[in-house]
Amino acid sequence: MSGVSIRELGQHAFARGLTTRQLDALAALAVSVEWPAGCRLFEEGDKAARLWLLRSGRVALDLRVPGRERILVETLGPGDELGLSWLTSAAQWQFGAIAQLPVSAFEFSSAALVDLCEADHELGYQLTRRLLVTAIARLQAARIRILDLYAAPAPAAGGTA
Amino acid sequence: MTLSQVPASYRVSSRRDETHDTVTLTLEPAGDPIAAVRAGQFTMLYAFGIGEIPISVSGRPGQHALAQTIRAVGAVTTALCAMPAGQIVGVRGPFGTCWDEADAAGRDLLLVAGGIGLAPLRSALLAALSDRQRYRRVIALIGARSPAELVFGDEIDDWRASGAEVMVTVDRADASWHGNVGVVTQLIRRTGVDPPNTTALICGPEVMMRLTARSLLATGMSAGNIRLSLERNMQCGVAECGHCQLGPLLLCRDGPVVSYQVAEPLLATREL
Repeated sequence: MSGVSIRELGQHAFARGLTTRQLDALAALAVSVEWPAGCRLFEEGDKAARLWLLRSGRVALDLRVPGRERILVETLGPGDELGLSWLTSAAQWQFGAIAQLPVSAFEFSSAALVDLCEADHELGYQLTRRLLVTAIARLQAARIRILDLYAAPAPAAGGTA
Repeated sequence: MTLSQVPASYRVSSRRDETHDTVTLTLEPAGDPIAAVRAGQFTMLYAFGIGEIPISVSGRPGQHALAQTIRAVGAVTTALCAMPAGQIVGVRGPFGTCWDEADAAGRDLLLVAGGIGLAPLRSALLAALSDRQRYRRVIALIGARSPAELVFGDEIDDWRASGAEVMVTVDRADASWHGNVGVVTQLIRRTGVDPPNTTALICGPEVMMRLTARSLLATGMSAGNIRLSLERNMQCGVAECGHCQLGPLLLCRDGPVVSYQVAEPLLATREL
């Protein structure tokens, strides 16, 4: 683990557009972390108290199903945010997470982030807005996957195709 | 009957099963060949006695043989997918506009494929990789329903070895899959696209193409640098029957490859 400079943090998609002062405040809370491939980051149901900004590698979100192998739900990569469940009242991870490839990330304590947002509402707005955009993008992606767009189309009535 | 309406005879010289319902046929001329085919164009393939359908070429342009990748979804495609080597098919064409991938010389070439939409893009990808130094980055983002339904999966290592950056994602997978899971648009931010210096070619289900184009616009790309391959009910191939009309376009002639600048308002119009 090591400290994070505002230059490093400012290169992450999540932090783009923040002012130097805001980056400085955020970088003071960030810790640079790395995980080897195969490392489990958290399990479904555990207390959710961290946000990570992924810099490299790949993390798989998964779900345990009795009598079956774990189900892969989604993968996240560089530029993505990992760990939104602390935003909910339950503050429990809804899925498990495992490093598929060696991962480097910036790690934040959710409690420290909440304190920072309470103390600086403008920064709080900026961070909340970014997390909301991420949540909406994931919701939209999930909806698109439900549509099963790549399934074989049903033959048109009277068509021969 | 004009020359373009008379099918040329081609013999199936080989077939390769891509997935449980998708086959790539290699077709050799059994008589006079059709004109040279460019990446993005399509032919009308005729299963004699059954019917004719439009299929994009999936092989490298300029080859003597045609590679055509077909998914069995109806009577004609099922018959074509079942054809053994040696069988004769009718071929009309080539028809329509092409990807014009060479226009991206000196720029990044980004290909975004969904499902069997990889087939028409494979043609552009192979053309680009055969002249790799012409481009800066060549990036292929590929979405599939599942690992088992990924077409050309066994070629990806070769494409990477030839200088392409390839990322694959699937909608669903079991624990044996060690690649990406999610929609193909989610890969865009992970590629570090250089918006003003990128030309994007997109092919897949129309909804997927719309969403991909919007995601690219959100990065700062201009609509004029985004091209889609659109599909409608192509029948005559020579802009006479009107079955493939999309607003002012007859897609067998004015498509299938269309700039998003032209396509965007048409795709957003109801009942067009």
